[in-house]
Amino acid sequence: METKIDASLFKPIEARTDNINEIARPSLTYWQDAWRRFKRNKPAMIGLITIITLILCAIFIPFFWPYDYADQIRGHESQTPSWQHPFGTDSLGRDLFIRVMYGARISLSIGLVASLINLTIGVLYGGISGYVGGRVDNIMMRIVDILYSVPLLLYVILFQVVLEKPIELAFESTFLRVFKGVGSDLILIYIVLGLVYWVDMARIVRGQVLSLKNQEFVLAAKAQGASAWRIIRKHLIPNAIGPIIVTVTLAIPSAIFTEAFLSFIGIGVSAPMASLGTLASDAYRGFRSYPYLLFFPAIFICITMIAFNLIGDGLRDALDPHMRK
Amino acid sequence: MGRYIIHRLISMAITLFFIITITFFLMHAIPGGPFTREKPLPEAIIKALNEKYHLDDPIWKQYLDYWKDILRGDLGPSFQLANYTVNDLIAKGFPITARLGLASIIFTVLIGVPMGVISALRQGKWEDYTTMFIAALGVTIPSFVLATILIYLFGVVLRIFPVSSGSLTQPIQYVLPVIALSGYSLSFIARLMRSSMLDIIRQDYIRTARAKGLSELKVIYKHALKNAIIPVITYLGPLAAGLLTGSFVIERLFSIPGMGEYFVKSVGNRDYTMIMGSTIFYSVILVVMNFVVDIIYVLIDPRIKLTSSKEG
Repeated sequence: METKIDASLFKPIEARTDNINEIARPSLTYWQDAWRRFKRNKPAMIGLITIITLILCAIFIPFFWPYDYADQIRGHESQTPSWQHPFGTDSLGRDLFIRVMYGARISLSIGLVASLINLTIGVLYGGISGYVGGRVDNIMMRIVDILYSVPLLLYVILFQVVLEKPIELAFESTFLRVFKGVGSDLILIYIVLGLVYWVDMARIVRGQVLSLKNQEFVLAAKAQGASAWRIIRKHLIPNAIGPIIVTVTLAIPSAIFTEAFLSFIGIGVSAPMASLGTLASDAYRGFRSYPYLLFFPAIFICITMIAFNLIGDGLRDALDPHMRK
Repeated sequence: MGRYIIHRLISMAITLFFIITITFFLMHAIPGGPFTREKPLPEAIIKALNEKYHLDDPIWKQYLDYWKDILRGDLGPSFQLANYTVNDLIAKGFPITARLGLASIIFTVLIGVPMGVISALRQGKWEDYTTMFIAALGVTIPSFVLATILIYLFGVVLRIFPVSSGSLTQPIQYVLPVIALSGYSLSFIARLMRSSMLDIIRQDYIRTARAKGLSELKVIYKHALKNAIIPVITYLGPLAAGLLTGSFVIERLFSIPGMGEYFVKSVGNRDYTMIMGSTIFYSVILVVMNFVVDIIYVLIDPRIKLTSSKEG
């Protein structure tokens, strides 16, 4: 049996007048998307606001504050916190508040500069190792393995001792004299921390490069005749940038911590400049009578470390494409 | 297994060779030499000292001599503390440091692992939040800050524990330094344990074990914990490194005459042989520790294949 279906039953539906290919919502770039996710992460935002506030304070407050970090105010020695001296004064009558601000400035700069040096060495080393591959990669990674099994803090101390004189000399005699205002102590810390802690970065960059360089879009670029430099710049770096940024963010607090640790055992930044670690170390001697001298630098170290760690964790969640749903 | 051990032994030997070589040449690259003082010593004395310590020999000869000494287990004399050799100082200080370190490792594992397990099993409950809050604090508070807080609170205000620990002869002297030293690693292990436990308890074989009707205790203890603890074991090498270097500060704060204290003093005094000797000694211990941990790791986890690492 056959059912007859009348052709008139069928009618063409009206053609849609709106453009169905149009994307209704604004499309987000990688960075906008990451920022959107980062903003939703409350702890990470708290960390970010804390760090921005801290950086602004460390930069600008010294311009307004009536005292300088080296000023010894007669008759104001060893005062407890008051309106005039919010964090009190030390035994030489120096205002602790301004010293902590300068300390934060120095500690933050150590964190930033050391991580940037790490970043440069690590990206170059890991990038070359991953991109060239083969025997070069094998040897370079063996070296990294060796460095990995070595207690790096010991080598930070060793470099500190070895490079002390050469750097001091370099800043007295050569064109580097212009940087002398920064203090050779501080430069020494930048260089030593930067030179030693790049191993993690190198490993991460190499891993990223290895996994990316065999993917189809790189092959497509190669087939179209793109140069190695263009592939690195346009394809590898943008795709590997997420984990790199996260590593840098987490390297900053560990550099700050290492410097504080070194200062605490007496080989960090020296007087009259003082990092947060130096301040804590100086205060330790008299802390049973003047605990607040230790309290303020210590709390600033903790706040900085916690904030950077929160930002790092937040960035990891925001930048990692695997977390996308 | 035999091949694996030999492979690891060779790479350990190479690592140690590089460590000793690099340390030696770094220390000898310091301009001025070990006897440069603010007030220069008379020429003749410097010459005599250089002769005594063979510093006037060509560098390659010094290097070979240093190797000969090291292979005999002799790290040379201390430049600053006359009548002491580096070996003496290590023999004096290291047993104390080792006791402190060992106590800290035990404390770290005994507290950190249960913390992680509890927080994983009670995920999203108050137990989880509490332990993870403590762990977050522990990772971010530097050990010297934690130590001073502990000293102030329990030593100065409450007077429960001694402020300085001396050479750790009584159990009560261990309490504060061990807590301060383990703060970071304990928190780290708790977090590691939590994430690995969370991963494991979602596995099929755990569901199977539950479905068989095993008691919860048995499921967790026999099936989950055994697998979840493996990442913690890999962390034992870095943990030992962290505790050893961490003790630089802790020994100073609690006035413990351990090796860390000698090392820090030798850095302050620019006692080159002592710095060099201690660095090599610490490195050897840690590299050997890593080796042992690697072997244990393979023994415990049957899933790890014993191929030589060609894939790099």
